[in-house]
Amino acid sequence: MTTIAIPPGMPQYDDVPRYDVARVRADFPILDREVNGHRLVYLDSANTSHKPRQVLDVLAEHYARHNANVSRSVHTLGTEATEAYEGARAKVAAFINAPSPDEVVFTKNSTEAINIVAYAFSNASLRPDADPRFRLGPGDEVVISEMEHHSNIVPWQLLCERTGATLRWFPVTDQGRLDESGLDDLVTERTKIVSLVHTSNILGTVNATSRITRRVREVGALLLLDCSQSVPHLPMDVVDYDADFIVFTGHKMCAPTGIGVLWGRSELLAAMPPVFGGGSMIETVAMSGSTFAAPPARFEAGTPPIAEAVALGAAVDYLTGVGMRAIQWHEKELTAYALDALATVPGLRIFGPTVPVGRGGTISFALGDVHPHDVGQVLDSLGVQVRVGHHCARPVCTRFGVPATTRASFYLYTTTEEIDALVAGLEQVRKVFS
Amino acid sequence: MQLDQLYQEIILDHYKHPHGRGLRDAEGGANTAEAHHVNPTCGDEVTVRVATDGSVLTDISYDGMGCSISQASASVLHELLSGRRAGEAFEVHEAFVELMSGRGQVTPDEDVLGDGVAFAGVARYPARVKCALLPWMAFKDAAARAGVGVSPEVKA
Repeated sequence: MTTIAIPPGMPQYDDVPRYDVARVRADFPILDREVNGHRLVYLDSANTSHKPRQVLDVLAEHYARHNANVSRSVHTLGTEATEAYEGARAKVAAFINAPSPDEVVFTKNSTEAINIVAYAFSNASLRPDADPRFRLGPGDEVVISEMEHHSNIVPWQLLCERTGATLRWFPVTDQGRLDESGLDDLVTERTKIVSLVHTSNILGTVNATSRITRRVREVGALLLLDCSQSVPHLPMDVVDYDADFIVFTGHKMCAPTGIGVLWGRSELLAAMPPVFGGGSMIETVAMSGSTFAAPPARFEAGTPPIAEAVALGAAVDYLTGVGMRAIQWHEKELTAYALDALATVPGLRIFGPTVPVGRGGTISFALGDVHPHDVGQVLDSLGVQVRVGHHCARPVCTRFGVPATTRASFYLYTTTEEIDALVAGLEQVRKVFS
Repeated sequence: MQLDQLYQEIILDHYKHPHGRGLRDAEGGANTAEAHHVNPTCGDEVTVRVATDGSVLTDISYDGMGCSISQASASVLHELLSGRRAGEAFEVHEAFVELMSGRGQVTPDEDVLGDGVAFAGVARYPARVKCALLPWMAFKDAAARAGVGVSPEVKA
């Protein structure tokens, strides 16, 4: 083996932060269980991640000790709950390097976060006095891509139907990369918003956004990045990415379901009309009309998922403790290992980048002409949990001419032994369906 | 889990060597209608076409793409119901739906269900019941459109 010397002053391999995967795994109680008589091999973290004891404890502790409604009580419990809820907001803001916690809107999930932005456009379009950046009509354009999750397609389709705007999209290359070749024709002065997935939930592709961001700024449009598959897996810095909005969801990053995040530049959130009306989002209410609270409260009508938000804060603490750079590197090594290992399986075809560069630890594939449902079923009989289907990204399946794929996805607790179990399981699939 | 309970040889045989696959035009005088069903969770699709002279289902043809369970089920559907009188066909339909809704607690009657009994194991896997029922639900719609009687309402 040739040793390649990295010039002094450059980052050395030894500088890569690492952690003890076995110790991390010990934090996740579910990883101890068996499935169908086999050790659980969980390769479906892109679907939802598992939760460490540290998060589960905070969730239980909140209900056991601090349960009360937020932002309206003078009593002690209410104060504790409010402090915990707002503390979680501050933790999330720091985690993505948001300039202010007030830029973090808690939502139910990424889907709701995207819908809030889409409906803010919709509502602004009905009001002549609304900020022109959010007003849409015939002749205006919304740009997405062919590799979006349905949650970043359907809200914009519906918005365009309501407003008469036109929906356009970036295509995907044969290698599963975003095709930016038509960027200047696609993103133009007519574009009001570009809403783009940062890491594809089906192809694993991590999109390079800088060219697109530059173009978006040139034409004066807005940029939303769907970071549902990024924030759990790599260090996210909203200032560095120069986005206008990002969305992500807690349950994919060691937190409970029911809590997600819309981050937006404060000046943009302030310019957006409300979407859901109700308690907590108002300034004053009279029978003749109401005025609205400043963000983030403006977008958090009703009692929010308090304990879930607090647990998201705990998840952020947990991930920060392990280190996002270290998690990113761990997954990069796993991905390289898995791409090599899967290449040894006869008849296996990967959809998406086949090199561990510009991609995350989510790998979709076909095994000959065995239907993914059947692949998943045989793997499940061996304790290996993968996702099968169109992964809520049906246009990607159509793009690659398949109705569905099998997808293995990794996280901070995934091991190379689990990838070996997947490869061995695929041999079993081949035997059953040979 | 006993994988071979789910993937019985009969099912794999029907999957690898489907019977009566391909949509066919009706022979002289018969009325035809078809229905296209999809399983939105996995993208499986099947089109079932029923040809009938008003009392006999002269042909049941189909096309589709999907997993072994859904495609084998379409093959069995064709074999069991083609050429049967509508009333009999709906009895078989009802028996198959009952079997699939039984969570593995229903003992199938081979005289009624033929190769369909192989799907008894599938009924234990809630995630796969819809796969097995997909062509049968499409058949029910196609038959109704072709103007032949509809079996009692079933719960998938």
